[in-house]
Amino acid sequence: MTPGEVVADVVVVGAGPAGLTAARELARDRRVLVLDRESEAGGIPRHSDHLGYGVRDLRRVTSGPAYARRLVANALDAGAEVRTEATVTGWAGERVLEVTSPQGRLVVRGGAVLLATGARERPRPARLVPGDRPAGVLTTGLLQNLVHLQHRSPGRRAVVVGAELVSWSAVLTLREAGTETVLLATEHERGESYAAVRATARLALRVPVATCTRVVRVIGHDAVEGVELLDLRTGRRRVVACDTVVFTGDWIPDHELARLGGLDLDPATRGPRVDSALRTSAAGVLAAGNLVHPVDTADAAALDGRHVADQVRRWLDLGEPPPRGARIVAVEPFRWVAPSLLVPGAPAPARRRLLLWAEDSRLVPRVVARQDGREVGRRSLPWPVAPGRVFRVPWSLLERADPLGGDVTIGLL
Amino acid sequence: MSDVRVDVAVDVAVVGAGIVGCAVARELSGTGLSVALLEARDDVGDATSKANTAILHTGFDATPGTLEARLVRRGYDLLSSYAVDAGIPVERVGAVLVAWDDEQLDALPKLHAKAVANGYLRGELVDAAEVYRRLPHLGPGALGGLVIPDESIVCSWTSALAFATEAVHRGTTLLLGRRVTGVDVGADATVLRTSAGDVTTRWVVNAAGLGADTIDRLLGHDRFTVVPRRGELLVFDKLARRLVDHIVLPVPTARGKGVLVSPTIYGNVMLGPTSEDIEDRRDTSTTEAGLAFLLGKGRALVPDLLDEEVTAAYAGLRAATEHADYVVDLDAVQRYVVLGGIRSTGLTASMALAEHVAGLLAAHGVDTAPRGGLPPVPRMPTIGEAFPRPYADAARIAQDPEYGRVVCFCERVTRGEIRDALASTIPPSDVDGLRRRTRALMGRCQGFYCGAEVTRLLAAGAAGERS
Ligand SMILES: Cc1cc2nc3c(=O)[nH]c(=O)nc-3n(C[C@H](O)[C@H](O)[C@H](O)COP(=O)(O)OP(=O)(O)OC[C@H]3O[C@@H](n4cnc5c(N)ncnc54)[C@H](O)[C@@H]3O)c2cc1C
Ligand SMILES: Cc1cc2nc3c(=O)[nH]c(=O)nc-3n(C[C@H](O)[C@H](O)[C@H](O)COP(=O)(O)OP(=O)(O)OC[C@H]3O[C@@H](n4cnc5c(N)ncnc54)[C@H](O)[C@@H]3O)c2cc1C
Repeated sequence: MTPGEVVADVVVVGAGPAGLTAARELARDRRVLVLDRESEAGGIPRHSDHLGYGVRDLRRVTSGPAYARRLVANALDAGAEVRTEATVTGWAGERVLEVTSPQGRLVVRGGAVLLATGARERPRPARLVPGDRPAGVLTTGLLQNLVHLQHRSPGRRAVVVGAELVSWSAVLTLREAGTETVLLATEHERGESYAAVRATARLALRVPVATCTRVVRVIGHDAVEGVELLDLRTGRRRVVACDTVVFTGDWIPDHELARLGGLDLDPATRGPRVDSALRTSAAGVLAAGNLVHPVDTADAAALDGRHVADQVRRWLDLGEPPPRGARIVAVEPFRWVAPSLLVPGAPAPARRRLLLWAEDSRLVPRVVARQDGREVGRRSLPWPVAPGRVFRVPWSLLERADPLGGDVTIGLL
Repeated sequence: MSDVRVDVAVDVAVVGAGIVGCAVARELSGTGLSVALLEARDDVGDATSKANTAILHTGFDATPGTLEARLVRRGYDLLSSYAVDAGIPVERVGAVLVAWDDEQLDALPKLHAKAVANGYLRGELVDAAEVYRRLPHLGPGALGGLVIPDESIVCSWTSALAFATEAVHRGTTLLLGRRVTGVDVGADATVLRTSAGDVTTRWVVNAAGLGADTIDRLLGHDRFTVVPRRGELLVFDKLARRLVDHIVLPVPTARGKGVLVSPTIYGNVMLGPTSEDIEDRRDTSTTEAGLAFLLGKGRALVPDLLDEEVTAAYAGLRAATEHADYVVDLDAVQRYVVLGGIRSTGLTASMALAEHVAGLLAAHGVDTAPRGGLPPVPRMPTIGEAFPRPYADAARIAQDPEYGRVVCFCERVTRGEIRDALASTIPPSDVDGLRRRTRALMGRCQGFYCGAEVTRLLAAGAAGERS
C-alpha cells in the first residue's frame, strides 16, 4: 500500500514553545502543520508544574502546564493544524519527512521545514557513572513525568546531581512528591544557577549543596542504596545513603533528525549550525529553540519561534540558497555560542542577543570578539557569567566582524 | 508465579533458564519426554545470557579438537537457520581482526591456519590498505588484518526467549522464581528441592551457568569451580553506527578475545568487554577503571566514536572454570548431565549443546526421537534493524493503529509491541524484561521522555493479567 502524503506550506517538527510560537505567527498567512510525537502538545512545560514560565513572551508568570496550554490554544486559534502522536522518523527527500502515527505511515512534504525538537538531559550512562544498574536513577524529565503527569512517588531520600536552574526544578518536584533531597552535588565551584534562587532555595528547601563534587558510583543491585562522591579538591571519597538519584541538566539537543538529514552540526552545541536567521545548511530547513541552544528558558525558545517566522516566510517567497559566512566560535570559559554563523545581510538574532554557555563564573565580565588575529569587538556587561544558564551578549559585539572573513571567536578578557 | 508452591513430576528437569537451559528444554520437549525448566530468577535469559557481546561466532579461533570448537561451529549453523524461522535478528556483518604491532601481524597467518584447522576456509589475510577500505573510521596504526566474512551479530535476548517460548509451546513446564537448593538422588527418581516446592524427575540437566558448580556439588561432585570473569561493555548511540560496519576484533591473547568494537543488531555500536576475575557472582557493576580502560581502547580503535553519546554501560559475568574446555558429562547412575564452564561462546553453541545433550541421553537408552504434531516455530517480535520494524511498516499500521503509536521515541517502540509483549507466552516480569522484548527504554534518553508512560503500561498490563 502507498503511504498517505500530506502537504503544507510549513511543517514544524516539535510542538514545544519554539514550534508552537512559530506556528502561531505563520498560520496567519500560511498553511502550517505542527507534528509532535507526544500524545499532548506543549513540549517540556507540560510536565514542569511550577511557576516561572512566560515572562518574556506572554509577559506574565504562569506554571508550565498552563503556559503549554496557552501556546497550544494560540497556535490553534491562529489556524495551525497540530497533530500529536506523530513521530517524525526520518527524511524521504528534501523537506519531505517520514512520519509514524496511528493514522498511518505518512509522508509529509513542506515548502519549508522548521525543526524545533528541543533538548534533553544527559542520563546516567552518557555521563559514564559506574556501578550496578538499580532502579531509582532518574533525570528531571522522567521525575516530572512520573510525579506531575502520573502522580507517582519516586522514593524517600534523593541526591540531585547538578546545580542548574533545572536542578532546583527537580528539588521542587521531589518536595511535592514527599521526597527529601539530602544533597545537591555539583562539580562546579559554585552552585551554578542564579545566586538568588540558590539562597532562597537553600533556605526554603533546606538543601545542602556539595560543590566540586563528582558522583563516581551508584551503589545498589536492585534498588539504589547510595552514591559514592569524590571531592575534586581533596580527592576524598564518601558515601551518601539515598534511594533515588536524579541526574539534572547537562543538556544535549535532540538532534537525530538534523543529523539524519545531513545538516551541518555545530560541534559545541551539538545542534544544527544556524545563522542569525536560524537557517541551517539545508535549503528551506530552519531550526529554533533548545535544539540550537541547549538550554535556555522556555520564553527564549518561544521568542526564537517568533523570530524564525519571518525567516520562514522569506524562504517561501524568495527561496534563497543556504547561508554561507564566517563561523562564530566560543572560547574559554564559554562552551558554546548560538547562532554560530555570521552571514552577510542576515538580520539580528532574536532579541538582538548572542547566547553563550559558560563553564565558569565571572562577576564583571568583559567580552571580546576576535577575527583573523584582530580584536573586532569588546563589551563590559553588567550581568554575571555563571555556569548552568545562558549568558546573553548584545549582537552589536559583532558589528565590525567580517562575515566573509575567518572564524570569529568570542571569549572573555 | 513464584509465590505459589507447586510440586511437579517430569522425565527431565533442566536447572537454569539461560540461553543454554532454554535451548535444552526446547530440544528435549520436542521428544516424548516431559520437561520442566527451573529458573531462580523471575524471567528467562536474565543472567549472563542478557549481558554479552552477542556475536554469532564461526568458531574460527577455537582450540581445534575441543568440544567447544565442535559445538560452536555446529551451533553457528543451527542458530543461523533457526533464526530465519523464528524471526531472530541476525546480520552477517563479518569481522576483521586487526593487527596493531609486528607481533600481532606475525600471529595473523597462524590464526588463519587455525581457522582452517577448525574447518573454516573463508578467512582472508589482507593488508593495511584493505583494512582501512573496509573500516574507514578505524584509528591510525593498523598494519594488516584477517577477514572472517561469516562472523555475525545476533540478538541474544530474542534467542533465549524464542527457545523458551517454543519449549513452553511444546509442553515444557516453565518454573520461574524456583531456585534449586537441594538435590536427593534416588534409585528411580531425583527430587529437586526448590525455593517453592519440590520437583521430582528422572533426569537432571544442570545448565545453571554461574551456579553450575554449586548444583554439581549438591550431586556430590567436585570437578570444577566457577570464577566469574567480569566483562564491562559500553554501548554507543545509534548515530555512531555509520562508523563501524564490521566487527573489529583484536588479535586474541591468552586472556580471551580482548576488546572489540561491533555494530549491534539494534543499530548501536558496542565496545568491550574487559576481562577481570572477581569473587562475587552477583557483581555486575561497572567500575571507574573499567570504563576508563574501554574509553582508552575506543579512542585508539575508532576515535570518532568518543564524540557520540554512550547509551548504556553494563557488565556480564562469564562462567570461567579451571578447565580450558566446556565441562560436559553424563552420569548414568545419577541420571544427571552437567553443562559447566560455558563461558564465552555459549550463545553461539546453545543449540548444539542441546543437540549434544539429546545425543548423550540417547546413547544411554533414553528415547529422544522427535515426536509428531509439534507446534510451529514461534515468530519473535522484530526488534532488530535488519527487518522493517512495526513503526515503519505501513501495512501493519493500517491494520492495527497501535503499531503507529510510538511510545518509546528513541527506540521507536510502539504501543502495539508493548501490548504484544505483555500478552505473550512468557510475559516480562519487570522493566528490564520489557526492554529485552521490545527495546523500550534502552535508547539515548533513558526514559527522560517516555519512562513514566512505559512503566505505566507495564503496570497496567500486569494488573490486567492479575484480574
Ligand atoms: C525540569 C525543567 C524545568 C524547567 N523550568 C523552566 C522554567 O521554570 N521556566 C522556563 O522558562 N523554562 C524552564 N525550562 C526550560 C523549558 O522547558 C525549555 O526551554 C523549553 O521547553 C524549550 O522549548 P523547545 O520548543 O525548544 O523544546 P521542547 O519544549 O523540548 O519541545 C520539543 C518538542 O519536540 C517534540 N519532538 C522532538 N522530536 C520529535 C520528532 N522526531 N517527531 C515529533 N516530535 C518531536 C517533543 O515531543 C517535544 O514536544 C525547564 C526545563 C526542564 C526540563
Ligand atoms: C562479556 C561477555 C561477552 C560474551 N560474548 C559472547 C558472544 O559474543 N558470543 C557468544 O556466543 N557468547 C558470548 N558470551 C558467553 C555467553 O553469554 C554465555 O556463554 C551464555 O550466556 C551462557 O548461558 P548459560 O545459559 O549457560 O548461563 P546463564 O545465562 O548465566 O544462565 C544460567 C541460569 O541459571 C540460573 N541458576 C543458577 N543457579 C540456579 C539454581 N540453583 N536454581 C535455579 N536456577 C539457577 C541463573 O539464574 C541463570 O538464569 C559472552 C559472555 C560475557 C560475559
